Amino acid sequence: MSENIKQNYLNHPKGLMSWLLTLDHKRIGLMYLVSGILFFFLGGLLALVMRMELAAPGNDFISNDTYNNVYTLHGAIMIFLFIIPAIPGALGNILLPLMVGAKDVAFPRLNLASFYIYSFGALFAMYTIINGGVDTGWTFYTPYSTQSTSNVVPMTLGIFIIGFSSILTGLNFIATVHKMRIPGLTWYKLPLFVWALYGTSLVQITATPVLAITMVLLMLERFLGIGIFDPALGGDPVLYQHFFWFYSHPAVYIMILPAFGIISEIIPVHSRKKIWGYKFIAYSTLSIAFIGFLVWGHHMFTSGQSVFSQIVFSFITYFVGIPTGVKIFSWILTMYKGQVSFTPPMLYALSFLFLFTIGGLTGIFLGAVALDIHLHDTYFVVAHFHYVMQGGTIVAFLGGLHHWWPKSFGVMYNQTIAKICAFGVFLGFNGTFFPQFLLGLRGMPRRYATYSEEFVELHSYSTFWSGILGISIFIAIMNLFWSFIKKNKVDPGSNPWGGMTLEWTHTSSPPHPHNFEEEPVLEHGPYDYDKVIVEKTYK
Amino acid sequence: MSNHNPDAPKHLKHYFANVDQQYETSKFAMWAFILTEVLTFAGLFVAYIVFRSWYPDMFVDAHKLLDVNKGLMNTIVLITSSLTMALAIWAIQKNNRKLSLIMLIATFVFAFCFLGIKFLEYSHKFEVGQLPGEYYSYMGPEVVHLNNPHIFFSIYFIMTGLHGLHVAIGMGLIAWLIYATYKGNLSSEYYTPMEMIGIFWHLVDLIWIYLFPLFYLIG
Repeated sequence: MSENIKQNYLNHPKGLMSWLLTLDHKRIGLMYLVSGILFFFLGGLLALVMRMELAAPGNDFISNDTYNNVYTLHGAIMIFLFIIPAIPGALGNILLPLMVGAKDVAFPRLNLASFYIYSFGALFAMYTIINGGVDTGWTFYTPYSTQSTSNVVPMTLGIFIIGFSSILTGLNFIATVHKMRIPGLTWYKLPLFVWALYGTSLVQITATPVLAITMVLLMLERFLGIGIFDPALGGDPVLYQHFFWFYSHPAVYIMILPAFGIISEIIPVHSRKKIWGYKFIAYSTLSIAFIGFLVWGHHMFTSGQSVFSQIVFSFITYFVGIPTGVKIFSWILTMYKGQVSFTPPMLYALSFLFLFTIGGLTGIFLGAVALDIHLHDTYFVVAHFHYVMQGGTIVAFLGGLHHWWPKSFGVMYNQTIAKICAFGVFLGFNGTFFPQFLLGLRGMPRRYATYSEEFVELHSYSTFWSGILGISIFIAIMNLFWSFIKKNKVDPGSNPWGGMTLEWTHTSSPPHPHNFEEEPVLEHGPYDYDKVIVEKTYK
Repeated sequence: MSNHNPDAPKHLKHYFANVDQQYETSKFAMWAFILTEVLTFAGLFVAYIVFRSWYPDMFVDAHKLLDVNKGLMNTIVLITSSLTMALAIWAIQKNNRKLSLIMLIATFVFAFCFLGIKFLEYSHKFEVGQLPGEYYSYMGPEVVHLNNPHIFFSIYFIMTGLHGLHVAIGMGLIAWLIYATYKGNLSSEYYTPMEMIGIFWHLVDLIWIYLFPLFYLIG
């Protein structure tokens, strides 16, 4: 690779319009990243407001009604505006074409359209906040969501619109993976992050349409009283729950599969060892995507299901544990006898293994009908999905950002600060959410602004550590962006972690506007650390 | 575009290696899109199944209020439009631009007829109050009113309405195809947009082929 590359996608072409109308997947990815992180901060701020209120019993900080708005917006923003669009939209966009050796995604114009559809949907969500919020919870359960006087319609309309962005991104990625790979890059030579994005995209294009139609039915129910979800008119509110979870359970895998992909990249690179069980990991991705469609009923064990369906849903739910376990064991075995270096991305990956495993195992608790009847709608559930969503997805996302930051943007962050923050996130996260398992077991219900005296110790503990968590994440992300301002540039040819995939070996940092100066030729598999020596080059 | 071959055809985008790859990619993505469309309607078909199994007698009663003749006419119109769409693609493959144009215009006219007939059906239902949910007010002797006939019309209007929206979008796309063919932008060398819109149009037809018996021919 030539050492005197001046032109890259960040500096060529120039001008505001060249960004707003860009068809370059890397620029679109960066725009997703910035907007995603803004929403992440907004959602995080709302979370801290909630923790403040819960620091002590009673309504000493915000009122019950405000609290209802805050937790609804926290959930809806984090899920629909940050987690679902952010990893595929940001890291996926930047990396997928590079990893398959393509000049761009299959449909660059559609890709830009996805970004603007997402932004347009986000405007509705923002309008909701300005206009006084929405208080139904992010699940919009009927009948309350058809009766609530808060802004249910703008919020659901926003989610409906963002759904199209999700579908189009999924379509684009699937077509890219199928048709845009360079010659010789067969399915089993794809980096596992590509497999993960592929599995995610499959779920996106098959589950999201059902969410879209559910949101339409909910809006029609409010506008026209169509009666489908209204028992007074012969309808069924539980049908709404079925529709909603038919999307939203697979959506959990839209959120976690890309995180699995990131971990599958970080661990072999930072252990300098061939990944253990490549095909197991690849196929477990697809089987999680598939099984994810068959388990939605486990959200509804207390909603009036027949015992038979409870048993069936519970049984199938356990199956999710198998491919997930396969992945965890494969990652651990990859590290075994490897040269593990404790870089910032690796610290996040190790946190992920620890936190996600707790999240996954407590999911088994909740999949058991008898236990779930007791734990349903308690803080146990809150703690469980935060261990999966934040301890899993967001920790992996942070790891991925630290891993690909020098590659994507050609700048290196302060690694010491990054490591301290990684510890801060790990400790703050456990401090915040582990007490919530105990609260849930002792019967603390979710979605209440106040609680009885007996819970005060655990709640104040949780609030204290949530501050540490918030500060750590904030500094970690500022540390990343600070490297832009400080212009701490890495050499265009550098490969600081010794990665073997095409984005590390065949293009500059940051990449050329057309990704590769000449069409890349595949020389080895993505994790062939046993066959080829790739030097770590930095500076 | 840095390494773009100057001899490459105009419609080839620079990020594709060759015309075949570009065509295959479009076709593949179109079928994936068809899958999302099927799932969109699948949600509504599930609602149909749920309520029909709850209220089997009401569905039979309420379906008698639909005009089978108009429904049948629409079925014939839409199937014919699928044929003319296929012929338009066949003609452009043979580089017969004029025939292709005629067939596209015919498809557009049939689509318009479909919506016209649908409009007549809808306006009659609005007049007599055979409407969804709360707005239902029809008190004719054919239906047992205590058995929620409005649910039937809720589902009828949502499903045929969403389908009608697809027909309208399809008409917009076909209008654009007519323009592109007239301008000479499509030929036997490059007719990808026509084939993709053709696939979409057949899906619209196919969904109606399910809707027609499920609403008009039950009991």
